[in-house]
Amino acid sequence: MAKTNGLCLGISEQEARLKDYIEKTGRDPSLLLSYLQEAQEIFGYLPEEVQVIISKETGIPLADIYGVVTFYSQFSLVPKGRNSISVCLGTACYVKGAGDILARIKELLNIEVGGVTEDGLFSLDATRCVGACGLAPVVLINKDVYPKMTVDAVEEVLKKYRNKEEPGE
Amino acid sequence: MDEKMVNLKINGLAVQARAGSTILEAARRVNIEIPTLCHLKGINEIGACRICVVEVKNAKSLVPACVYPVSEGMEVKTNTLKVQKSRRMTLELILSDHRKDCVNCVRSKNCELQNLSNDLGVDFLRFGKHEKEPMPESSTVHLIRDNSKCILCRRCIAMCGAVQGVSVLAPVERGFRTKVSTAFDKKLSDVPCVKCGQCIAVCPTGALTDKEYTQEVWEALEDPDKHVVIGTAPSARATLGECFGMPIGTNVEGKMVAALRRLGFDGVFDVDTAADLTIMEEGTELLERLEKGGPFPLITSCSPGWIGFAEYFYPEFLPNISSCKSPQQMFGAIMKTYYAKKKGIDPKDIFVVTVMPCTAKKYEITRSGQSAAGSGIPDVDVALTTREISRMITRAGIDFVNLPKEDFDPAFGEASGAAHIFGATGGVMEAALRTVAEILTGKPLERPEFHEVRGTKNIKEAEYDIAGKKIRVAVTSGLANARKLLDRIKNGEAEYHFVEIMGCPGGCVNGGGQPIQPGPVRGFTDLRSLRAKALYDEDRGMTLRKSHENETIKKLYEEFLEKPGSHKAHEILHTTYQPRSRY
Ligand code: SF4
Ligand code: SF4
Ligand code: SF4
Ligand code: FES
Repeated sequence: MAKTNGLCLGISEQEARLKDYIEKTGRDPSLLLSYLQEAQEIFGYLPEEVQVIISKETGIPLADIYGVVTFYSQFSLVPKGRNSISVCLGTACYVKGAGDILARIKELLNIEVGGVTEDGLFSLDATRCVGACGLAPVVLINKDVYPKMTVDAVEEVLKKYRNKEEPGE
Repeated sequence: MDEKMVNLKINGLAVQARAGSTILEAARRVNIEIPTLCHLKGINEIGACRICVVEVKNAKSLVPACVYPVSEGMEVKTNTLKVQKSRRMTLELILSDHRKDCVNCVRSKNCELQNLSNDLGVDFLRFGKHEKEPMPESSTVHLIRDNSKCILCRRCIAMCGAVQGVSVLAPVERGFRTKVSTAFDKKLSDVPCVKCGQCIAVCPTGALTDKEYTQEVWEALEDPDKHVVIGTAPSARATLGECFGMPIGTNVEGKMVAALRRLGFDGVFDVDTAADLTIMEEGTELLERLEKGGPFPLITSCSPGWIGFAEYFYPEFLPNISSCKSPQQMFGAIMKTYYAKKKGIDPKDIFVVTVMPCTAKKYEITRSGQSAAGSGIPDVDVALTTREISRMITRAGIDFVNLPKEDFDPAFGEASGAAHIFGATGGVMEAALRTVAEILTGKPLERPEFHEVRGTKNIKEAEYDIAGKKIRVAVTSGLANARKLLDRIKNGEAEYHFVEIMGCPGGCVNGGGQPIQPGPVRGFTDLRSLRAKALYDEDRGMTLRKSHENETIKKLYEEFLEKPGSHKAHEILHTTYQPRSRY
């Protein structure tokens, strides 16, 4: 199965789309956030090559762009897996054992927070409070919410995604 | 003065202050000092650290004095128990993960964090034991970054970005993980750092320090087979005294020479002599271009910070830059050719050390095309900063302040006033104009001063009528200013024949290798002008004020280099530049 590495597939077309967008909006350094959002939309993530394009097009120093990308958790430096797992580490989830659940997921998938599995199937993030404290501890996979998760249930849940032919919407 | 003033009270004292100024500034008017840490006047005014908090009547909480504006009727208290407690708490939190190895830290005794902790009575730490591990990054030739001593004041970022227009440092990540870093956490050697060292000069702690090369010099001095010579940059004499507690702007040329001789150098020489040589070569280049009609502007090449900047950011201007090596490199080149021959010493046994205001000089000595003697023998072996030589003097137990004055060795020690002022922004321009004007008119100048190119204004411009020729010049320093000037030239908004660019704001007197002055001193004294004054005063008191009248230089051409711009001079004293990729 091909990896979902956007850069391998038709960089020039994606690059042209991003450059076009920056051009149309006037190469305005104050629009950096929307350039980054657009770029992530197009490429799926924001590797160095993509940030260099933005730097060259806007004149914003690469270090500043990297600073912004690492500041906001919505941006990713690595390609996302086809199923993106988020474990809420807000206070309520945390006291109800979200840390253990996260550890279990890391162990099962053999990746760190921010990482992607080798087959490109899963990526893992830890998030701040998602506002579902009544359901703590909460795990999100794509748009599916798993309330009151337990360490034991993790394996079953992940299986569902492994077995799916199409990745979850 | 028709500026609007407001009346306020600070600790019960009535103060008048300019509307829009800060509590910090107002307090100084009545001799009240408010401690600061992240603040750098005009450069980093972000109110980040909150060491400077004060109580303002009717304000809900303590306010940061460094950014809080004064207002009519305001009542401020700068030293209540509440204020003291808050400042100590802030410091304790900063210190909780700071790697506190003051005993081994090069910034000890000159560290703003250490001093504040002492001054504010932080004598007991409640949250210790989380000290970061050392994490030195030493990929470049000029500095070591160690974030285990970084307090996230962001002064370096402001310096590298807003002042130098280089912007290779940025805050990355967030919350507890926030750190000062580069794009993709690359090594500094892999990003377009121009090695100006301005970040070191403003860091309040030991997070950014010189990469020290004194050991190589000690070893050379003890090596019986080496003939070790040292040459000092124009600006070092105007600043070295600060390292020994002397007032800013004291010219310590004579004591400096005495100290270097006591360290055991076989020759103590003046790089200013090489600065005169630079003027002969660069002046000739300018005259040639005036004759040929371009390409204009000719841009100076003395500052390796500027050269690095041009290679990374303005490669289209490389053909405009003078091919002259810098005075440091000309000094080394002459030592390893002419001087070696005269002394009958093999160039490889001559060890050339320089004292420089500049960390980029450490990079310059490693550049290609800087080997006049050939066979890979570098023109200069070690470039020390003013700070490093002060450490050598201290280590050797030399009582600098009480030394008698001594003169440079005559073989390469005579220099003109024109060379001395190289150390200040506009100095190279003025030195060149003195010589070029006399050559063009064939008459001695009535007054050798060119006041229009002096001073610390960001961009200085002038037009001179010399022998019927109109010569338009511009002078700038600090690379963000250089950016502005170059963009104007690029867009056809300005035209000049000759442009002087120095990498550091104010020129070499404010170089990245100069003695470190704490934030409050930088903010409230005009460091650049005071230091520059020492050089202009020296020039004014001299009879030899023009490079082309320097007898040592005349003899050098007669015996060795033939004439300015000769083939031989080009082989030994000139160099080339190449574009470099920013990414
Ligand atoms: S940076 Fe300052 S406080 Fe920190 S170890 Fe060095 S001298 Fe001490
Ligand atoms: S040496 Fe100059 S260019 Fe390099 S990081 Fe420091 S301030 Fe920036
Ligand atoms: S490296 Fe120095 S100047 Fe830069 S943020 Fe850290 S402490 Fe401040
Ligand atoms: S907040 Fe005022 S000095 Fe840092």
